[in-house]
Amino acid sequence: MSQTKNPGSELPLQQQEEVVIRFAGDSGDGMQITGNQFTHTSAILGNDLATFPDYPAEIRAPAGTRPGVSGFQVRFGSADIHTPGDQPDVLVVMNPAALVVNINDLKPGGTVVVNTGQFGDSDLRKANLTKSPLTDGTLSAFRVIEIDINKRVTEALKGTTLSSKEVQRCKNFYTLGLMYWLYSRPLENTLKWLDEKFAKRPELAQANKLAMQAGFNAGDIHEMFQGRYEVQPCTEMPKGRYRNIMGNDALAIGLVTGAKLANLKVFLGSYPITPASGILETLSTFKNYDVITFQAEDEIAAICAALGSAYAGHLGITSTSGPGMALKGEGMGLAVSIELPLVIVDIQRGGPSTGLPTKTEQADLLQAIFGRNSEAPLPVIAASSPADAFETAIEAVRIATTYMTPVILLSDGYIANGAEPWRLPKIEDLKPFPKPFLTSVPEGGFLPYARDAHLARPWVKPGTPGLEHRVGGLEKAHLTGHISYDPENHEFMVRMRNNKVMAVRETIPTPNVFGDSTGPLLVVGWGSTQGAIRSAVEKLRAKGRKVSSLHLRHVWPLPKGLDQIFACFQSILVPEMNMGQMARVLRSEYPEHNIISYPKVQGLPFRTTELVAKVESLLEK
Amino acid sequence: MAETQAPLTKKDFKSDQEVRWCPGCGDYAILNSVQGIMATLGIPRHQICFVSGIGCSSRFPYYMNTYGFHSIHGRAPAIATGIKTANPELSVWLVTGDGDGLSIGGNHMAHILRRNVDLKILLFNNEIYGLTKGQYSPTSPVGLKTKSTPMGSVDRPFDPLSFALGCGATFVARTIDSHLKHMEQVLLAAAHHKGTAFVEIYQNCVIFNDACFENFAEKGVRDEKTIDLKPGKPMVFGKELDKGIKIVGWEPEIVPAAEADVWKSDTRSPGPAFVMSQLHLDPAMPRPIGIVRDVRAPIFEDAVHDQLRAAKAKRGEGTLEQLIYSGETWTV
Repeated sequence: MSQTKNPGSELPLQQQEEVVIRFAGDSGDGMQITGNQFTHTSAILGNDLATFPDYPAEIRAPAGTRPGVSGFQVRFGSADIHTPGDQPDVLVVMNPAALVVNINDLKPGGTVVVNTGQFGDSDLRKANLTKSPLTDGTLSAFRVIEIDINKRVTEALKGTTLSSKEVQRCKNFYTLGLMYWLYSRPLENTLKWLDEKFAKRPELAQANKLAMQAGFNAGDIHEMFQGRYEVQPCTEMPKGRYRNIMGNDALAIGLVTGAKLANLKVFLGSYPITPASGILETLSTFKNYDVITFQAEDEIAAICAALGSAYAGHLGITSTSGPGMALKGEGMGLAVSIELPLVIVDIQRGGPSTGLPTKTEQADLLQAIFGRNSEAPLPVIAASSPADAFETAIEAVRIATTYMTPVILLSDGYIANGAEPWRLPKIEDLKPFPKPFLTSVPEGGFLPYARDAHLARPWVKPGTPGLEHRVGGLEKAHLTGHISYDPENHEFMVRMRNNKVMAVRETIPTPNVFGDSTGPLLVVGWGSTQGAIRSAVEKLRAKGRKVSSLHLRHVWPLPKGLDQIFACFQSILVPEMNMGQMARVLRSEYPEHNIISYPKVQGLPFRTTELVAKVESLLEK
Repeated sequence: MAETQAPLTKKDFKSDQEVRWCPGCGDYAILNSVQGIMATLGIPRHQICFVSGIGCSSRFPYYMNTYGFHSIHGRAPAIATGIKTANPELSVWLVTGDGDGLSIGGNHMAHILRRNVDLKILLFNNEIYGLTKGQYSPTSPVGLKTKSTPMGSVDRPFDPLSFALGCGATFVARTIDSHLKHMEQVLLAAAHHKGTAFVEIYQNCVIFNDACFENFAEKGVRDEKTIDLKPGKPMVFGKELDKGIKIVGWEPEIVPAAEADVWKSDTRSPGPAFVMSQLHLDPAMPRPIGIVRDVRAPIFEDAVHDQLRAAKAKRGEGTLEQLIYSGETWTV
């Protein structure tokens, strides 16, 4: 690499439709911040995008080791984007561990930007390397840009009052500046963010700004790159107002919106657990929306307190991940029995047991549908993307309050931490569904277990004169709600609770088929596989392949009309990040169709190419 | 409530449900006392909510003509915290037992006590599992032979009062099901306490652990074998009130009544309360009943709602527009 200054160079500006960048470094290198800043700036520029943060469960695994590598992938473009991309075009690595962990994902011929300042013998040893991958041929298939970022940052921040440790903490902003230069992004947004972030330590804001500017200038000054790129705003995005949103935030905002539409106040009972804690944290900032957040002593107390608040007339919510779901089972059963609205949010992660806390999976599906003692049916719905989590959360509130039932809302680690542009709804388009409370004795007397047209029982707030009554987990007599051990009544009530949940089908739409309505193959997905399935089917159809897709938001009960849709296809392919749980459900509900499971359980989302290859192999048969 | 109503009577608090405890169970006396004091509190029935877990004691809400929630084993403190935090206007009463409240629900009990939610906890202690038909509980004495301990229990029990004190409870008291007058006094004091009131009630299980408190609770020996701790009053006991307790160094000693220490339930440290809660570990000492601790501390749900009010005062009442259109937005 030439170190000669060449300030006069005007590099050619090339247009690119889309780019995938992965930032990778040590957990302490600030890669998540770098990725988020790049994402945010690109979103404001009008690119469509999707992100995939991938970080270890340990807060700071031993520095420089492979388990300590933290990555953030962002795909941005001028065309419609459904996934964060299969393979990065550009890989930025801050140390040898980040290089070896990520290099196999890089697109052949792709660019790897290496911080050579972190490639000494001890750095190699920490990454379990005996030879430097910079010289042993590992990188022969790629374009390699070597920069000693440690040194460059030290030079850029010469004269500041910061310690050398603090100076080195600015490396990620140097990297960000360089990528901003390469893809012609403005610095303003991040400059503003730094001022806000370090309002109390302006010297740190200033240092990071200097580092970023140095990185940006380096692109011009040093002849590292053959040219710069530009990625135009996405013109396929529907008109409207947008904001960049992460899944957990969209879900939290959706829950509060749902509560407002139902004319209820939110009470969240939660216990910190990865990757669901963000929901507790975000909702705790919404106090001026009358949102109460209660960090309980454990998962069980969290759901029980939420249920207590529901009894008192609030929208009770509890948020957790797989292991926490297991603990909440008895509380859910109580909610089923006393028939109060409750939203249970499960941000799925790799399991079993503690499993892969920071990695994604969809393997709680059967637990969600069936995982309680006895006959305890409840509706289950699933978000399909970060922005979709907003709408799905509102839908969870609607079902819970309309049917007086607990509802499980499934998301996963991929949605929770991923981001995408969210087209903001017009406020007037959000239709209220206010939940009336029973406030006086109805004609004919008060019956706590009488039913309305949705089979829902009345909701009475304690504090209402004349409607004093008792609820509990013992079996109740139809209508009166008194304790009943009568065999006929028990079967009647078991059927009643199930019929009520099945009645949810009456108010949910049949999903649309993307592509032809008949053909050899229909790909059916649920949850976060939507983006990858949609991309794969679009690609295949562009090649003339006969394949369609359908995505399920309501996973229990399943919507009406699926039988007729499935009948128009020879086979149904169900890709999911588990061992075939939805396929199992579909086979049991629709036994006459040919349902093929396509499982993936690696803690990673599907790649578009994997789905394309799978579909092609099936179509060839 | 603005409306004027006829004063309530004990009868108003009886529900239409048939009470299904064993004949002779101590729970009847407790139910009767609670219904009695409820009528004196001036709280309308619809503002009262009884919450329970699982066990014999936990059937209690069904028999109160108020709002009631019979929940799941051990979780009543969490459910009651949700109810009271959502609606601080309600008078919330939690009924639990030694198994429900101290074994399966011990964690929740610890946390509700430290938070100081403004509600009343009645823990019926019969030193046995009744509803599951006679296994030992976390308060059963070592050596107790039960269905699950045919050779005697090897578990060391803990004392509910000491437990509550250790959790930072602001009101801790003990009474006895057969000592009606005392029970009413203690329940009233608990009802008027602002904060979590923890009342242990020695309750006789006639079927599985009959007469387990007889050696000190039986009428004939009660005056000699118990000491009623009354805040601000000398610690005296005995049929003639001739004996007293004096704390010498760290150890309580029996002294003539005139030399007894005055009982203070509101010392800064719960140390004296802790010492007195363990009094009967010495077999020569009387069993402590009465009010062991009574102090004021910030109320959990008040602090929660103060924060909501402060946030609204600072940022205004949040609207959907602000919620959704916040952060950096752009137009396509």
